Amino acid sequence: MATFSVNGEARQIDVRGDHPLLWVLRESLGLHGTKFGCGIGQCGACTVLVNGRPTRSCQLTVEAVEGAEIMTIEGLTADGLHPLQEAWIEEQVPQCGYCQSGQIMSATALILGGNVPSDSEIDAAMSGNICRCGAYSAIRRAIHRAAEIQAERTGTRSGPASEGGDR
Amino acid sequence: MMAPTEGVSVTAISRESDPPRRGFSRRSFVKIGVVTGAGLTLGVTWKVMSNPGLPSSDATLVPNAFLRIDADGTITVMVPRSEMGQGVSTALPQLVAEELDAAWGQVSFEFAPAHDAFGMMVTGGSTSVKESWLPLRQAGATARWMLREAAAQRWGIPAAEVETRDARAFAPDGASVTYADLAAEAALLDVPDEVPLKDPADFRLIGQSVPRLDVEAKSTGQAVFGIDAGPNEARIAMVARPPVFGGKVRSFRPDAALAVPGVREVVLIQSGVAVVADGYIAAKAGRDALVIEWDDGPAAGLNDAEIFAQLRDAAQNNGRTVRDEGDVETALSSSEAKVRATYQLPYLAHATMEPMNCTAWVRDGRCTVWAPTQFQNAPAILGGGARQVAAKAAGVSADNTEVHTTFLGGGFGRRAERDFVHEAAELAGLVEGPVKVIWSREDDMQHDFYRPASYHELTATLNADGSPDAWHHQMASQSILQRLAPSWVPGPAARFAGRRDPTSTEGASDQPYRSPNVQMTYAMVDLPIPVGFWRSVGHTHTGFVVESFIDELAHAAGRDPYEYRRALLSEHPRHLGVLDAVAAAAGWGSTVPDGRARGIAVVESFGSYVAEVAEVSMQSGRPRVHRVWCAIDCGVVVNPRIVRAQMESGIVFGLTAALYGEINIQAGRVVQSNFHDYPMLRMNEAPDIEVVLAPSGDAPGGVGEPGTPPIAPAVTNAIYALTGERIRTLPIVRA
Repeated sequence: MATFSVNGEARQIDVRGDHPLLWVLRESLGLHGTKFGCGIGQCGACTVLVNGRPTRSCQLTVEAVEGAEIMTIEGLTADGLHPLQEAWIEEQVPQCGYCQSGQIMSATALILGGNVPSDSEIDAAMSGNICRCGAYSAIRRAIHRAAEIQAERTGTRSGPASEGGDR
Repeated sequence: MMAPTEGVSVTAISRESDPPRRGFSRRSFVKIGVVTGAGLTLGVTWKVMSNPGLPSSDATLVPNAFLRIDADGTITVMVPRSEMGQGVSTALPQLVAEELDAAWGQVSFEFAPAHDAFGMMVTGGSTSVKESWLPLRQAGATARWMLREAAAQRWGIPAAEVETRDARAFAPDGASVTYADLAAEAALLDVPDEVPLKDPADFRLIGQSVPRLDVEAKSTGQAVFGIDAGPNEARIAMVARPPVFGGKVRSFRPDAALAVPGVREVVLIQSGVAVVADGYIAAKAGRDALVIEWDDGPAAGLNDAEIFAQLRDAAQNNGRTVRDEGDVETALSSSEAKVRATYQLPYLAHATMEPMNCTAWVRDGRCTVWAPTQFQNAPAILGGGARQVAAKAAGVSADNTEVHTTFLGGGFGRRAERDFVHEAAELAGLVEGPVKVIWSREDDMQHDFYRPASYHELTATLNADGSPDAWHHQMASQSILQRLAPSWVPGPAARFAGRRDPTSTEGASDQPYRSPNVQMTYAMVDLPIPVGFWRSVGHTHTGFVVESFIDELAHAAGRDPYEYRRALLSEHPRHLGVLDAVAAAAGWGSTVPDGRARGIAVVESFGSYVAEVAEVSMQSGRPRVHRVWCAIDCGVVVNPRIVRAQMESGIVFGLTAALYGEINIQAGRVVQSNFHDYPMLRMNEAPDIEVVLAPSGDAPGGVGEPGTPPIAPAVTNAIYALTGERIRTLPIVRA
């Protein structure tokens, strides 16, 4: 029996301890927003938050998350759109869309606590997530934009989000 | 007859007996069915020309679309094409909404069910917008005409006095009524024979970057892909397939698999041994526990070295002439100074983000399929689409088979294959209840239909002014069409007696550079590796070869690669247009940052012209692509943001392949298995991409594929400019 919370709700799941969290979310809880891509932690499609940290759920056993707080794309906000989701729509990021739940969950860490990420921070945080449609430039723009939206919502002023950088 | 929604009946008439013609029939006809209190449904059928990309000229495609206006004001466009990221679920409704005079926010879409009323339903060849450009606008215009007529009759005024906008009709006195309110009256009118389309100067939606209709669902985890679809109670199955191409199951022992908790059944099917379980992990553990003795078959000794030896031998000795102008033999023998080059390209996997999967349920003589497919419906003579294939596999009639198309987590041609649908339907016919077959990433990578490997030898001689006097190209590869021929092409024996395949040689047999003596030969090689359509098909290799070789000739002639191309393309204004546009955007000829160099390439494919410039440096012996400039002429642009996104997508896709893409064959099986050994370009490696739209003409070309072909040669040409090393074998970075 595994016990943890998902999107704020306490859950007890009757599976073996070595069962990957991804398939508990998808099959036991019917949360299909988290995707299966590679099964070896290489593509990031299965990214969820474990105690607030972006984590690959395909490689994570339920015993490793005993007592943890799990958040999936479905629980990102209690209502309305998260700043990242608003930015994703504004910048029209998704193409096929299959990787985008994982991309958004990975990006949450970048704007946590009002952080305004640089391009190199974005590279570091996002390079574990493959987008086969190649929407990388749109994802980058949307993360910068999400930081602005977050600042607008909290009434704080955000600095210039883009950096020149040597790309 | 079909009923796309409850309570609305639609009569669709097809004129199968009409002689096929090139181009759209002028007044295909529109037959309205309809009518219930619910609103107006237009069933629109039209004929289109046979796909010029295919060698068959007598296959008539008969697509069909529906537009529904409900009494609650909802305007729904049935999309008979698959959404795999290329934006078709936005662009097609955009065409309808334009002529209908609806505001964008009033429009929604549904994926059309697989049905003969929609004709051949296949998404490929970058054809969706191209083939829908007139018919879907006609659908919108016809509906608008009828709604306006209904308003005129209600008000007792001439229809010419009624104006329409935002799905509403307006009288001169300011009175107005919604389309929803008019729908039932409009549905009683005769369908007009021919309705004028808007002057492009009056377009309000076409040419605008209206928001995609699928992005909110895809940003909130709500979009339903194949892997998410179907009944909740579906069991999960995995299939153990022969590791060697062409192999078979000799015998197997299911006991250990059946002992795995959660495993319910082990079933022998055509493609291998299926393990049916309560969930993915149990199915996988069960499959791992299977004991199978394989009959590897004749391919067991095959490897890359032998494959490329066969391709080389065939190219040199067995080619059939596919283009012959002037006298190449004489021209080549009359000059000592020849430029020769040999190019070699590997097999490539599609590696869609969503691995193959399909859900099927067979009960009471009926089969229901939920599939992320690019190919829903086709006549039996063409081998059928998902519906016909599933019906046959499940042992029911096609009339009793339903196919629900989901969002596709990538397609790139892989999902135009029907293997994954066949497998699920066959299995569902053998077990109780619904079953979802899920492929692991390893299954997906090792049981693909690969971009064919190819081998090319080119020889040229130059005139005193540096222009090519002779251009000779010998090519060998497997043929995709040959594999599909028995099902795709009537009379395959006749067609392939000549051993030709235009989808293998496209882009090379018709390369545009001026030369008085041009010859190309093609040798079709039979090998047991399954090959298939891969984003931009023949252009994936011919674009690289032609644009590399012309660059070699430019350097041999001591000319600037951009100016050299220009001089040889003077009769090809659209090539010139994008070359000039990309050169201007990149500032071709201006100073490049230290340690970097630029390469250029231009390729026409799928009716669109794309030129790209890549700026490259070498870091620790590996190329780093910093910036890419891209200019596209795709005729009229329906949605600029989607076109830009498709160019960026095609560039990243092509760059991934150019840098890393390689499927190796050893002992008749695929070496690579997952993203660790078949790497994808990631964000930290993605170049900055600037796209310039250089539209021309009045009909759209494709955009899903044309961004891909020019990037590999642009990068290798840049590497040559930087280092003097000419890369003629892909990928650039080899393990």
